[in-house]
Amino acid sequence: MSTRQINSLFNKKILLQATKDSFTKLNPIILIKNPVIFMVGIGSVLTTIAVISGIFSGNFSGFNLQIAIWLWFTVLFANFSEAIAEGRGKAQADSLRKSRIQTMARRLVGDKEEMVAAPELRRGDVVICDAGDVIPSDGEVVEGIASVDESAITGESAPVIRESGGDRSAVTGGTKVISDRILVKITSEPGDNFIDRMIALVEGAKRQKTPNEIALSILLAGLSIIFLLAVVTLPAFFGYSLSASGLPMSQNLTIPVLIALLVCLIPTTIGGLLSAIGISGMDRLLQRNIIATSGKAIEAAGDVDVLLLDKTGTITLGNRMATNFFPADGISESDLAHAAQLSSLSDETPEGRSIVILAKEKFDFRGKEIHQKNAVFIPFTAQSKMSGVNLTDAKGIVHQIRKGSSEAIRSFILNGNGFFPKKMEEKVAELARMGATPLVVAEDNKVLGIIQLKDIVKGGIKQRFAQLRTMGIRTVMITGDNALTAAAIAAEAGVDDFMAEATPEDKLRRIRLEQTNGHLVGMIGDGTNDAPALAQADIGIAMNSGTQAAREAGNMVDLDSNPTKLIEVVEVGKQLLMTRGALTTFSIANDVAKYFAIIPAIAVSLYAGKDGIGPLSALNVMNLGSPESAILSAVIFNALIIILLVPLALKGVAYRPVSANTALIRNLVIYGFGGIIAPFVGIKIIDLIINLFA
Amino acid sequence: MKTQIIIAIKIFVLFTILLGVAYPLLVTGIAQLAFPEKANGSLIVRGHKVIGSELIGQKFDSIIYFSSRPSATDYGAMPSGGSNLGPTSSKLKQLVAERAAQFTGFNQLPPSETIPSEMLLASASGLDPHISPKAALLQVERIVKARNFDDSKKQQLLKSILELSEVPQFSFLGEDRINVLVLNLELDKLDNN
Amino acid sequence: MTTLDIIQVLLFIALLIGLTPVLGKYMYKVFTGEKQFMHPVFGWLEKLIYKFIKVNPDEESNWKSYTFGLLLFNLVGFIFVFLIQLFQAQLPLNPANLPNVSWHSAFNTAVSFMTNTNWQGYAGETTLSYFVQMIGLAVQNFVSAATGIAVIIAVLRGVSRKNTDKLGNFWSDLTRSTLYILLPLSILFAVVLVGQGVVQNFNANETVQTLQGAEQVLPMGPAASQIAIKQLGTNGGGFFNTNSSHPFENPTPFSNFWEMFAILLISAALTYTYGKMVGSTRQGWTIFSVMMLLFVTGLAISLYGEYSTNPVFGHISSMEGKETRFGITNSVMWSTSTTAASNGSVNSMHDSLSPLAGMVAIVNMMLGEIIFGGVGAGLYGMFVFVILTVFIAGLMVGRTPEYMGKKVGAFEVQMAIIANLSTSFVILIFTAWAAVSSYGLSSLNNAGPHGFSEILYAFTSAAGNNGSAFAGLNANTLFYNLTLGIGMLIGRFGVIIPVLAIAGSLAGKNITPNSAGTFRTDTWLFAGLLIAVILIVGGLTYFPALSLGPIIEHLLMNSGITF
Repeated sequence: MSTRQINSLFNKKILLQATKDSFTKLNPIILIKNPVIFMVGIGSVLTTIAVISGIFSGNFSGFNLQIAIWLWFTVLFANFSEAIAEGRGKAQADSLRKSRIQTMARRLVGDKEEMVAAPELRRGDVVICDAGDVIPSDGEVVEGIASVDESAITGESAPVIRESGGDRSAVTGGTKVISDRILVKITSEPGDNFIDRMIALVEGAKRQKTPNEIALSILLAGLSIIFLLAVVTLPAFFGYSLSASGLPMSQNLTIPVLIALLVCLIPTTIGGLLSAIGISGMDRLLQRNIIATSGKAIEAAGDVDVLLLDKTGTITLGNRMATNFFPADGISESDLAHAAQLSSLSDETPEGRSIVILAKEKFDFRGKEIHQKNAVFIPFTAQSKMSGVNLTDAKGIVHQIRKGSSEAIRSFILNGNGFFPKKMEEKVAELARMGATPLVVAEDNKVLGIIQLKDIVKGGIKQRFAQLRTMGIRTVMITGDNALTAAAIAAEAGVDDFMAEATPEDKLRRIRLEQTNGHLVGMIGDGTNDAPALAQADIGIAMNSGTQAAREAGNMVDLDSNPTKLIEVVEVGKQLLMTRGALTTFSIANDVAKYFAIIPAIAVSLYAGKDGIGPLSALNVMNLGSPESAILSAVIFNALIIILLVPLALKGVAYRPVSANTALIRNLVIYGFGGIIAPFVGIKIIDLIINLFA
Repeated sequence: MKTQIIIAIKIFVLFTILLGVAYPLLVTGIAQLAFPEKANGSLIVRGHKVIGSELIGQKFDSIIYFSSRPSATDYGAMPSGGSNLGPTSSKLKQLVAERAAQFTGFNQLPPSETIPSEMLLASASGLDPHISPKAALLQVERIVKARNFDDSKKQQLLKSILELSEVPQFSFLGEDRINVLVLNLELDKLDNN
Repeated sequence: MTTLDIIQVLLFIALLIGLTPVLGKYMYKVFTGEKQFMHPVFGWLEKLIYKFIKVNPDEESNWKSYTFGLLLFNLVGFIFVFLIQLFQAQLPLNPANLPNVSWHSAFNTAVSFMTNTNWQGYAGETTLSYFVQMIGLAVQNFVSAATGIAVIIAVLRGVSRKNTDKLGNFWSDLTRSTLYILLPLSILFAVVLVGQGVVQNFNANETVQTLQGAEQVLPMGPAASQIAIKQLGTNGGGFFNTNSSHPFENPTPFSNFWEMFAILLISAALTYTYGKMVGSTRQGWTIFSVMMLLFVTGLAISLYGEYSTNPVFGHISSMEGKETRFGITNSVMWSTSTTAASNGSVNSMHDSLSPLAGMVAIVNMMLGEIIFGGVGAGLYGMFVFVILTVFIAGLMVGRTPEYMGKKVGAFEVQMAIIANLSTSFVILIFTAWAAVSSYGLSSLNNAGPHGFSEILYAFTSAAGNNGSAFAGLNANTLFYNLTLGIGMLIGRFGVIIPVLAIAGSLAGKNITPNSAGTFRTDTWLFAGLLIAVILIVGGLTYFPALSLGPIIEHLLMNSGITF
């Protein structure tokens, strides 16, 4: 989808729009939503007034003007960061919007159909979609089956099947029917369908602050008030010191200097970037083709510490695969494999193909003889429950090779007056116990042996679970298999726990139990019967291929319908929270250096000797050029750091699946320790540059 | 609400009786039984008159006594007090200079002699009963001269100083010191022999 | 410094570490209702009290009514102490015939003792009768400390419980901390102090004729019993004007050590109780370590400042305002301890401390009295910083910040910020007011930056409920009595109420079990983070004020400049 084209941070169009938006966001009504930046805004206005009144009273101060300019930049940079995050979201939304602009729908009224514009459709309307039609709005297939191209929202070009009844009945507005005809019952009101909601979210229009964001905003506002107290009281302290050093009160701190100090101390960095971080979190999910219905859900994803994972599709490959041949007495494995391959050549199921592949791998059969012989393929039927091939050999005798479940083959052999060896019976039972599926191969009335079909655990999944474990997340495998089978697979995949023969009710009960014990549970599901569990879970991801009920119940939808996504969602959530924490820490840590720049600068004249340099110059550890350049450097650093950190806010801090402690140490070193050091270096460099031009 | 107020008042009355009356009475009872002398102020009686407390310093500026520390209240105990002059106080700077000159002159010390700092700086309570043994030794010559002590008496006095000097409690707590009042009483005793 | 000095410091620290678990475990038993050895002694009295006030100790209440009970009880105490000062001349036990106290001084003193500050704008021996000291102040010494303990116990219940709104029974917490903790310890400490020479009698003042023939009035009174609780309860209000530098309050180096130990004992031990209550003593020790590290750092800086020569006076040690028997080390250990804990008693005159040692004293209080701090108060103040640290740093592990399995949300952050703002507000706004007003400046005893430090110290002490002073400042004026009184109220209840609100909110939450994804709060890493947050969030606000007070004074002193 379009996300892939706008991965670059510096898309010209977005940059341009964001620059424009930075100015429109100066509107105080918009600005006040961000108290920290609003405070800077007020400071900018006051400083500007000071500059202007300076001009009129004849003592214009270039220094004040420079402070005013940089304060305005601070506000603009903060606005810019938000605007660019929104811009990126909007770009995605625009491409979505295109799909539905001119969609006309064929609404069914009674027996007749009428053409209406898509936005006029109401919940409960039924529309007809033929091949080539764009589905006008979210709905559920009530009749028919069709293949649908969902690439507009998923980016996946392969069409998917949507049919009435069952778990694949939901269709999304904006997708296109490729074949056949379906009747779709609309399930959303105008302006509130899936794409509408998605657009609103990524555009940031309906973005509500998430719980963590609110808490953080309170912290930042609180810190700002505390620093405001420190700054407004400073002239009084300063006045005392002036009179104690015998200096006139006219040398007291000016409003621009006080505001410069205030702006440097309040957490403008994180304050300016906070909403950009939130928006880009949503954006990152979207890049993974997941749509969250709220920002809150993304945050909650970071908190999830128990994941309920469906075995099939998440932990194992969707289908069972042949892994072993067990020949009967007197038969070589190679003969068995040969027969198994022959019997499966016509079997186009993944299981069948896997048998062919296994035989090929083990004995390098290439099926070349088949063309030489007169072969008649017997496909799998519901009646026979077998597949196979009839071969006519050189003598003209027909050999019937069959493969199927043990019951089917047994009756096949008994019909031919053969017998089913005891040893084979035992092997079948043993394999079943181990969680594998035994298929028996027979030729005429003789059992040749058994093919073992097994669930294949996805490559790398074990490492993934190990990572999750180090992150403190427990995985629970859900399967309909019996306990024995489930245990075997669970052990192989390395999940922490499993639920065998699980019914949807079991799932719901399990989620409630985990939650009572204080855990936050994430799960992914698709069927209608998953809906209660999806709703109960803290993070419920519905697969896009699933039913409308499931999609409504969950708080995220995975457009790719890939169950492994749950893990990525957790990672995005964690990364979002980490980014906030890291930048908050960075912002607060910055204050140390700013104090060391500004305090000695403003207090240079206090208690000064004949040389005019007061004792507090000892605190000028950065050896900054002049008091003015020191203050200016701090203000400039404070403004520039916002813009420098925009890419980080948008991309998020580097994420690694490690334990909380390791992540903390890493982030602390970079953003805590770095936050103390960076401004010392930055302010010094800016000061050098300023003094170069001065 | 009303019940809460009644509870608050009731428990306050109970605690006042228990902690404001019973507790101090109990401690006083134990104290008067176990350490009557100390509980009543470690008073020193000479003849039939109470002449002070062993713990409370007295003003000594006479030439025949060991001088005590400077005191911001001049050893008045009602109330006690320190100078509260800070480390950059010019007043204190001046006081220190004056006291140093006074101490050197009064005891006829060579100008190079370092004077123990407690003799130049006022105590916290204004009632400090102690000086350092070194400060006492610096005053010996002046007292010997003022009291016309012969050499044996001087030696006795030096011995007394050594005996009366307190080393740190349990050999590690606090500082070396000597109680000026006790020393001066000893001095009077020595003179009367 | 000598080896002896170092031994004294190390022994003090070792004893504190050693006794923390002993007393901490005992207090845990007291508040969980387990049988402990004092039960046979005072158990009957406890039951009697409940019977008399008609309270069922097992009936718990939510945070709001817990707070309400606490405020009500404090109000009763305030009114009582206020009134008996106004009418002390008409009341008994006034052998010195002291007159009635002015209303604003009475207000200040009543607030001061109710809030566990024990700021004294007056001189004890010449202002207050034995009646007021015993019936009024000594009682407040106990109950204000018990109030502090009750708060932290309620907070710990909030942290350790889940899905409930009950924080405990205030009346029973108050009774238990008084009967089982403060009273027995006070009796023990008082008797030992009398053994060292602290007076304990009801005699009138003794007028004596000194050896040189002058008249000297020796103050008397029931001092030991009040000193024991003033130290143990981190109250700090002296029986006599010069507090623990007065030879009748603190006659020997051992009594000094004993009293100094009493300052920190309960607050330190409560960290262990903390650990026990939340089910992990490691959590308690982590907080203890943070407190101890800050304490030792402050002590080291103070000792450095005091043992450095003061160029103004030449190469002599700074014995101004210090007693010979204590010397520098014991005076500085005390000044660090008394300001670290919100005790406020002094054994030397802080006004005369070197700028560095004076700054450490101010900073200890500015940080919010959380380095051991007041009994209960120190720990719940630290709890506020823990919440802030958990929130700021906790995000960095990629989860909603949580403490002890409880999610820290907007409400907790808001309350923590309010608690933090209360003290900042008092210190900064009132200091600024005093620094620009004639009624503020006319009380100064020193000129130059030191004069500014006197004001700063006063309001910092009030906000932190410490009570010590740069005592040169004449604070017994209408302006200071009122502003400091209000400052003490804000500093006390502006923290208690939000902290109890946090506790109430946390109690209602579920507990997320620990896992590798949990932000751990029992590690050295957390201890370091907590220190950083305390210094940066709690301390950095005051950097400008400190620069213009002690820091600039230190620099000026080193250039030999005086005022």
